[in-house]
Amino acid sequence: MSNPISHAFKKAKSENRPALLTYTVAGDSTKKQSLEILKSISKKVDILEIGVPHNTPVADGSQIQTSSYRAIKNGVKINDIFKIVKDFKKFDKNKPVILMGYYNMIFQYGENEFLRKCKISGVNGLIVVDLPWPENKKFASKCKNRSIFFIQLLSPTTTKNRLKKIIKDSHEMIYFISMLSTTGGKLKVSSKEILSNYDKIKKVNSKKNVVIGFGITEKTIKSLKKADGLVVGSAICREITNSIKKRQNPVTNVYNVVNRLKKKIK
Amino acid sequence: MKLKKRIPVIDQGDKQGFWGGKFGGNFVPETLKKPIEDLEILFNKLKKDKKFINERDKYFKNWVGSPTRFIKLENLTKHVGGAQIWSKVVSDANGGAHKIYNATVHCLLAKRSGKKVICGDTGAGYAGKMLSMAAKKFGLKCKIFMGAKDIRRQQPNVRAMKKNGAEVIPVYSGSQTLVDAVSECMRYWVANCDKVAMCVGSTVGPAVFVRICGWSTSQISRELKTQLVDEFGSVPKKLKLYNCVGGGSSSFGFWNEFMDYDKKQCEFIGVEAGGPTKSKKHAAPLTYGSKIGILHGAAQYVNQNTDGQIEETESISAGLDYPGISPLHCFLKDTKRARYTAASDEEALNAYKLVTKFEKLRPSLEPSHAFSVAIAESKRFSKDTIVVVNSCGDAYKDRGIIEKRLGKKYV
Ligand SMILES: Cc1ncc(COP(=O)(O)O)c(C=O)c1O
Repeated sequence: MSNPISHAFKKAKSENRPALLTYTVAGDSTKKQSLEILKSISKKVDILEIGVPHNTPVADGSQIQTSSYRAIKNGVKINDIFKIVKDFKKFDKNKPVILMGYYNMIFQYGENEFLRKCKISGVNGLIVVDLPWPENKKFASKCKNRSIFFIQLLSPTTTKNRLKKIIKDSHEMIYFISMLSTTGGKLKVSSKEILSNYDKIKKVNSKKNVVIGFGITEKTIKSLKKADGLVVGSAICREITNSIKKRQNPVTNVYNVVNRLKKKIK
Repeated sequence: MKLKKRIPVIDQGDKQGFWGGKFGGNFVPETLKKPIEDLEILFNKLKKDKKFINERDKYFKNWVGSPTRFIKLENLTKHVGGAQIWSKVVSDANGGAHKIYNATVHCLLAKRSGKKVICGDTGAGYAGKMLSMAAKKFGLKCKIFMGAKDIRRQQPNVRAMKKNGAEVIPVYSGSQTLVDAVSECMRYWVANCDKVAMCVGSTVGPAVFVRICGWSTSQISRELKTQLVDEFGSVPKKLKLYNCVGGGSSSFGFWNEFMDYDKKQCEFIGVEAGGPTKSKKHAAPLTYGSKIGILHGAAQYVNQNTDGQIEETESISAGLDYPGISPLHCFLKDTKRARYTAASDEEALNAYKLVTKFEKLRPSLEPSHAFSVAIAESKRFSKDTIVVVNSCGDAYKDRGIIEKRLGKKYV
């Protein structure tokens, strides 16, 4: 059985555009609303990344932190997150879903039990921010055995030698962190530089689907169009925060942002 | 799980940085892999380099001030009526606490690596104050992350940092204490690791930071061992070393040189912060049986809920107010080399009252936790038992809290 993540990249490629990936935090601002947001944007988005909120995130900037703290405060638990994914999959069963979070949550749940729940609820991929290579080797292979992609991260600080090894151990999708930053930072390097690093990764293995994330907004997305996929996270989390402040409906506002993002890469 | 002899504990981790196969490690974002590896290579090289060690010792001696005093607390001993109670007055060190050792070494490393800026976290404000002092001494720019709650309650140290030219960045997320300051500092490093060096304020964080800090504070026990031999002719037959444990840097440094002695001869007692008597919250993961989890890049016993969210702590002492604990101490606990217990806010305050009543010594609220347990247990010990308490910080920073809780006459 092939992973729907592969299909999503194929489809985007056939339309001559990068795949659009969004990141929203499960349970932000409520369990119900986060599901509504996923449903409303799913038509426009190729792959949905769903954040598992953690209260001591060492790699997230203020927007995602705000979303995460809000979700935790509103009571979201891991089991709720599996339920959100399951309910979403009832609505759109072919849309790939990736969970993104910190390792302690998986560790407490138990790796095997966590993966069993992923499988039942329809999770197709995992990004674990603080479980780098080679520490992730064992867990990554457990994922592979269950046809769940473990998505390796690469950064501008990743050395050449290390890059090759990580790519060799990676599954079909790789996440390239565009710059030295937490999530939500301003794009502080040129698109040219990012794409040149991106090319280096593609040169090692052109078959891997490499997505670029960090610093991507409505303003910057177009300049990175040639990538296999682009991830927008903080810009969406910020929209939820702003909508709540302005007492507007986050569901429609987020949809509008995603719609505009999509148009820019068509 | 076994402690090895004749190998420094900081070097007993495996290739991936785990002590006892499960504590520590490097649970960090990919971006930090390279800077951490660079720091490891640099530290592993320099800690064997005679010139570097001489340089360190020169600064420890002439600038930090070594050795700090080792004194008998005669009046307290008489009052308690059991073991001989002694203190290693580490607060004699330049700046007023043990945090100066780690700060100095990190600045020396930063200089060697060509970095111009150093960032660090702080709770009680001592780690920040010392880093600001060392940064100034070595010509580095300094950024300190500190929880907003701690900024309010440890003003004297905040003023000192600013006077030394450091930028103090308040952290408003979470509980606004040390745990959030460390997270924010790590995030800052993720975004600036190409130009900035990071100093973690205790024996916590990714493995190399645990090792550097433990290596630095071990100066305390090197001095103590010499002082014990000078005083008693040899290391006493019944020696008990009491130390408060927040992240665990002063306690580890206080014990390191005595690691290979049988615990019947040299016993280590770590005292965690039990929090207010009436509160369920505490900062004592080892005492109250917290589960292993990952915090700030390392596996350790940590206060958390069943989902793996880190729990808020509560303690009168900002320096101990941390939900996790050094992997080194997890290792020392599980190998049974050290024993851990907790003192409540109230017990620490009472110990402070007692010590200041009988002695010319004003331990800050952190070591007051250690004094509390040391005093209580000393009653039961024979007169030839040598109890040593690490008075690792001065109470000047706590004057506001002490005045509020005990009244003006104790300040
Ligand atoms: C005086 C003093 N003692 C103890 C501690 C606790 O830290 P550690 O356990 O790392 O020594 C601190 C931390 O700020 C401190 O300032």
